[in-house]
Amino acid sequence: MMRVTSHPVLGEMKEIEWVNITVNGKPMKAKKGEMILAALLAEGIIVNRYTTKKQEPRGLFCGIGQCTDCMMVVNGIPNVRTCITPVEEGMTVEVQDGLGKWRGDK
Amino acid sequence: MKQCEMLVIGGGPAGLSAAIEAAEAGVQVVIIDANEKAGGQLFKQIHKFFGSSMHRAGTRGIDIGEELLQKCKDLNVEIWLNSLVIGVYDNNVVAVDVKKSLTEHELVKVQTKKIVIATGASENAVKFPGWTLPGVMGAGAAQTMANFHRVLPGKKVLMIGSGNVGLIVSYQLMQAGAEIVGIVEAQPNINGYAVHASKLTREGIPIYTGYTIIEAKGKERVNQAVIGKVNPDWSIVEGSEITLDVDTITIGAGLKPLIGMAYMGGCKLINDRFLGGWAPCHNYNMETTTKNIYVAGDASGVEEANTAIEEGKLCGVSIAESLGYLDSTKAEELKKAIWNRLAGLREGAHGTERTGAKQKQLEEYTKAMEG
Ligand SMILES: Cc1cc2nc3c(=O)[nH]c(=O)nc-3n(C[C@H](O)[C@H](O)[C@H](O)COP(=O)(O)OP(=O)(O)OC[C@H]3O[C@@H](n4cnc5c(N)ncnc54)[C@H](O)[C@@H]3O)c2cc1C
Ligand code: FES
Repeated sequence: MMRVTSHPVLGEMKEIEWVNITVNGKPMKAKKGEMILAALLAEGIIVNRYTTKKQEPRGLFCGIGQCTDCMMVVNGIPNVRTCITPVEEGMTVEVQDGLGKWRGDK
Repeated sequence: MKQCEMLVIGGGPAGLSAAIEAAEAGVQVVIIDANEKAGGQLFKQIHKFFGSSMHRAGTRGIDIGEELLQKCKDLNVEIWLNSLVIGVYDNNVVAVDVKKSLTEHELVKVQTKKIVIATGASENAVKFPGWTLPGVMGAGAAQTMANFHRVLPGKKVLMIGSGNVGLIVSYQLMQAGAEIVGIVEAQPNINGYAVHASKLTREGIPIYTGYTIIEAKGKERVNQAVIGKVNPDWSIVEGSEITLDVDTITIGAGLKPLIGMAYMGGCKLINDRFLGGWAPCHNYNMETTTKNIYVAGDASGVEEANTAIEEGKLCGVSIAESLGYLDSTKAEELKKAIWNRLAGLREGAHGTERTGAKQKQLEEYTKAMEG
């Protein structure tokens, strides 16, 4: 767990309201309203996608939607920047391979 | 088409302050911000600012942020969130991509009389073997995670760069529970303010001056950093390499103004390293070489939250005056006071270069308008 629950300046974290998401096929809890990337990071998941040509792992780099390193397939939609997209109850999140596939694509 | 009197691109300290100042005089303002919450970088700045009390020393960025948002609310400033300005066109038309959900976006055009570009800055990257590995990230990214989302991006951190961002973020990551393995600075001296540096050295955190990062090692995540001493020609001193066990490398290598919108608006730009790179020229009123387009904050040259606030206020006053909401005597009085405060903020060890660069920006504006 990497959540900063108590902090010398920010104080104790308020009681967390949880939502359920599915990450790479496995159920996971996320804090309501938080960014997908933050939820994954809290669980120690740091690879968001693999590059197209060399299959290199990529993860959090800018954290504010500028660099696209954190793109994943969310609810079947590829290229979603997870650092600026909040979790929702029932969301499915998958590590993206290359440019990703749309749900239903072969 | 949606109409407004003043449209502010970016709701950080600069944009919010511009909006407040203008709205107080009676201008109808719309702020457009790409994020879920306005405030820009302020909500990551959990430490107290310093300077004189006039400059909000002793107040934390997060508290200043809340205060500015409350003022906007009280003044009925309209704020569009999750909305990205994607274009600035002729006749003061601005195109906005409004994100409604994962799949739904709406493109909205707004016709305005005045535009304020307060888009802030983006972080510079440093490239070295392994820099794309997960675990290598911007210092701002780590700060956003720890202070805003309250998730620690890693447990053993090496910071690249000893400027104020590098120092402050190192301290904040430590407050959030991470171990700072060290700070690497290629220059022979620490770059940021001594007060920030001493907070870290007191905790026994080594600051490797005269060192650079050579390589990040790891497969799915960085697990080692190799650093080494630099020669004057930037080659590595043989045998000086040190390998550190880390799970995170954060890069605090400075910021550059986000100038895309100024570029689209046809504003003349100048390049100065003390501004962080390319930035639009502007006049005493913060108006760029394109009439009715103003600029404030990091977008006009990277500085600090305090200067961003003052520059924003300048835009607000100038626009209120230009639209007839403030008489020129009153406006002049306010502008003078703001410029005096800005001069105060640009004093001191790191201020002289910035003052010089800001002066050049004003001069280049005059040259461009005469030429
Ligand atoms: C990591 C980091 C740490 C810092 N720490 C400090 C510190 O401790 N103390 C200090 O004084 N300064 C600090 N700074 C400097 C900081 O840049 C200023 O404090 C201040 O936030 C600048 O204000 P601003 O309003 O110009 O920009 P920002 O605060 O960056 O706000 C810009 C806003 O514009 C939005 N935006 C950008 N482009 C668009 C677009 N096209 N459409 C819609 N919205 C857009 C952004 O989403 C953002 O909300 C730090 C900067 C960084 C990056
Ligand atoms: S980390 Fe850069 S876009 Fe998400």
